[in-house]
Amino acid sequence: MSELHQKSLRELGEGLAAGAFSSVELTEHFLQRIRNHDPALNSFITVSDREALRQAGAADERIQKGEGGPLTGIPLIHKDIFCTHGVKTSCGSRMLDNFISPYDATVVEKLADAGMVMLGKANMDEFAMGSSNETSYYGPVRNPWDTERVPGGSSGGSAAAVAARLAPAATGTDTGGSIRQPAALCGITGLKPTYGRVSRWGMIAFASSLDQAGPMARSAEDCALLLSVMAGFDERDSTSVDRPVDDYLAALEQPVKGLRVGVVKEFFGEGLDSGVGASIGEAMKVLEGLGVELVEVSLPHSRYSVPAYYVVAPAEASSNLARYDGVRFGHRCEDPKDLEDLYKRSRAEGFGAEVKRRIMIGTYALSAGYYDAYYLKAQKVRQVIAQDFRNAFDQADLLLGPASPEVAFRLGEKSDDPVSMYLSDIYTIAVNLAGLPALSMPAPRAHGLPVGLQLIGNYFDEGRLLNLAHQLQLATDWHLQTPEGFE
Amino acid sequence: MAWETVIGLEIHVQLTTQSKIFSGASTRFGAEPNTQACLVDLGFPGVLPVLNEGAVRRAVLFGTAIEAEIARRSVFARKNYFYPDLPKGYQISQYELPIVGRGHVEILLENGERKRIGVTRAHLEEDAGKSLHEDFHGYTGIDLNRAGTPLLEIVSEPDLRSAREAVAYAKKIHQIVTYLGICDGNMQEGSFRMDANVSVRPVGQEEFGTRTELKNLNSFRFLERAIDFEVERQIDVLESGGEVVQETRLYDPQKDETRSMRTKEEANDYRYFPDPDLLPLVIDDAFIEETVRDMPELPEARRRRFEEQYGLSAYDADVLTATRAAADYYEAVVAVAGDAKLAANWMMVELYGALNKAGLELAESPISAKALGELVLRIADDTISGKIAKTVFEEMWQSGRSADAIIDEKGLKQITDSGAIEAIVDEVLAENAQQVENYRNADPKKQPKMLGFFVGQVMKKSQGKANPKQVNELLRKKLE
Repeated sequence: MSELHQKSLRELGEGLAAGAFSSVELTEHFLQRIRNHDPALNSFITVSDREALRQAGAADERIQKGEGGPLTGIPLIHKDIFCTHGVKTSCGSRMLDNFISPYDATVVEKLADAGMVMLGKANMDEFAMGSSNETSYYGPVRNPWDTERVPGGSSGGSAAAVAARLAPAATGTDTGGSIRQPAALCGITGLKPTYGRVSRWGMIAFASSLDQAGPMARSAEDCALLLSVMAGFDERDSTSVDRPVDDYLAALEQPVKGLRVGVVKEFFGEGLDSGVGASIGEAMKVLEGLGVELVEVSLPHSRYSVPAYYVVAPAEASSNLARYDGVRFGHRCEDPKDLEDLYKRSRAEGFGAEVKRRIMIGTYALSAGYYDAYYLKAQKVRQVIAQDFRNAFDQADLLLGPASPEVAFRLGEKSDDPVSMYLSDIYTIAVNLAGLPALSMPAPRAHGLPVGLQLIGNYFDEGRLLNLAHQLQLATDWHLQTPEGFE
Repeated sequence: MAWETVIGLEIHVQLTTQSKIFSGASTRFGAEPNTQACLVDLGFPGVLPVLNEGAVRRAVLFGTAIEAEIARRSVFARKNYFYPDLPKGYQISQYELPIVGRGHVEILLENGERKRIGVTRAHLEEDAGKSLHEDFHGYTGIDLNRAGTPLLEIVSEPDLRSAREAVAYAKKIHQIVTYLGICDGNMQEGSFRMDANVSVRPVGQEEFGTRTELKNLNSFRFLERAIDFEVERQIDVLESGGEVVQETRLYDPQKDETRSMRTKEEANDYRYFPDPDLLPLVIDDAFIEETVRDMPELPEARRRRFEEQYGLSAYDADVLTATRAAADYYEAVVAVAGDAKLAANWMMVELYGALNKAGLELAESPISAKALGELVLRIADDTISGKIAKTVFEEMWQSGRSADAIIDEKGLKQITDSGAIEAIVDEVLAENAQQVENYRNADPKKQPKMLGFFVGQVMKKSQGKANPKQVNELLRKKLE
């Protein structure tokens, strides 16, 4: 029997149901691993061990009564962007360092109802703004494959924790690639669902029209199990879509022979690391071996996606973050002189540099006289990009490309160059602008480091995405590789 | 130089929904501070707005009432500014695409003519909380009970030419929204708030003058006085060679003046953009039809119906339909009393007179519509005379008892027994032999007037209870 932390969610569920181990044992096992290994990684902001063991005890009771489901008793970690009742929800910011949420996010509630046990809250870039997890108030997360390198961001803590087997599963959020890019850089599987598939209630907003929560785990099968619980209409979120949730587990086993997969031409041009390109090429060969038909497709306007994103996302963020004013919750400066002083110092002290940069960019883009030129133009670009995807899906069932142009970079390497940092999401951002589902899964490593293969689906086609990823994972072992020292 | 005043009004109407426009918290007025503010109203991290359908239906009713286009697609936008009683740092409002488009209402001018006033638009938005500057020494208290209360902001065209017209228009809007039941119209509690954009220009000039915006006008009287003051101020500035500055001015009712709050340069850039948390509001014909199916009768229609159905004069119909409460009260009186004209008289003369004297609103009347109807019924069916009825009315006002109970107890029932009346008549004639003789010898043209003396005596003797009609007949016969 392999170690508990190497088991898939399905195996853990079966083991719990059969009484091979209890949820308390399983939870203690992971808490011990966190104590042993997380000091080197910093992937947790909060470890809620006592609460985790209480939940595990309750899960064991449920299982004993025969009331457990496939995920009951299995631990997971939530990105610290999800509100968790009674547990600090910082969003990686000093601003919310003192914020104990009085309610649970829908995602948290649903996974708890399914019996999952929360180990704690994952480190992340401050307010999900970053691609390296270096903007967190709680310090950077380190990549378990090379602790001198970043795990990607903004869901870097979730990705690193899952890759290092400190948790079998995690939640993440993806506004411009924040699930897929860290999944790629840490060698795990992460899915960003269709916009509106998962409720945003209780998920601290960065850019509301782009934010989407999704599962992060080691395999497509694990992600399917998690998404089955996370997805669904929520009347508390007006942008969630009232449409039945597909049977993702059944979808995994569908045949893939004859599936047409579009290779996005623009994702293989200048700026792509040759090692990453070669790795994706290897994965494509395996796909062909499975009977998948590869066709070339083009997203001619994808080069506009980064500039459009860096207008829309900061614009929405500048407004979403206005509520952090030191009045009702969160950081408040000492001895404010007057109202303006309260606002200025609370926000100056509470927010980090990247968040301030984006608030300023966004405020500028929405200002009178600039709105049409920036915000409206960027929204038009979104339409054009969505049309590119529609055209591509006329030729292919799914699209394929790298998730990130390069492997994990060194800590500090891009910190002084925001534009170069922004470009690490060049292959993921267009998907958010169009609202499509996409996942990143491990491809063969390059330079000894993980590479992410990105698959993009049509609206609400998560089932087919997971299907192809699962079939590819049945044929390969890339997703099973464990960073040295964490086996 | 002769000047012309140009006024446009922005009226904030608080809608009568039970819960807030984007949350389930109650909108009830007067609760302890911050007890009616949920996580959404408090702008907590991660919360999201969900639109209250009731607010949308009320906006549709208003739009239909002013014959406006109802937008099949409207968009909620964020109006961004920092203020402690604005929890999210932005107000959710509608900007480029409001739910109600161009419409109009008619007002009655003093010369009796009707004037059409354009309504530019009406849009849905959430209210802010309240900052409490008193009671917290050195601090400001924040009460967020009002935050998220649904408002309909109704913007008029600059069609109003005097403070009187502005008041007539504001009253018309007040009448419409209270008739529709979409607003309780309570101005003290801030359910109906007015801002006025005021400018002046030389008569004959096409172009508008520079305008100022007057805030804090929470009564029709203040609206009129603030505009009058402001018009005079602007004319003074212009006539002394100065220029009007575009600014927001606050009306101070104590000093009866307006003073500068902030100039255009100090004004916020609100950075409006569509709220990404709310999808565009799409309304189909079925929704509109369903909403207006049970639309209450509007003031104009009800006035016309009162004239036709109840045979009331134009004036009476106007008075009795001034508010929905009055019209409802009147119809409830008629339903019991039967006699519509008598009911109108009693309501307008006796009831309104008494309310006026006591300084009460109709809603506070100690006499209910049913009770007044029962009184009027007793006049109509000759149980009591109009004169006795006034005594009964006073007693009802004081004691709150029913007309029948008072009539019974005090034995005020009219004497209609002809034998009993005849006995009194005979008594009176016997006691006044001289007057009887004078009458008989008088010019027949003068006789009807002289008859009044005998009627008076009979009524006095019967303590007002004798049926006056019978008394008259009997006297005429006996005096022949």
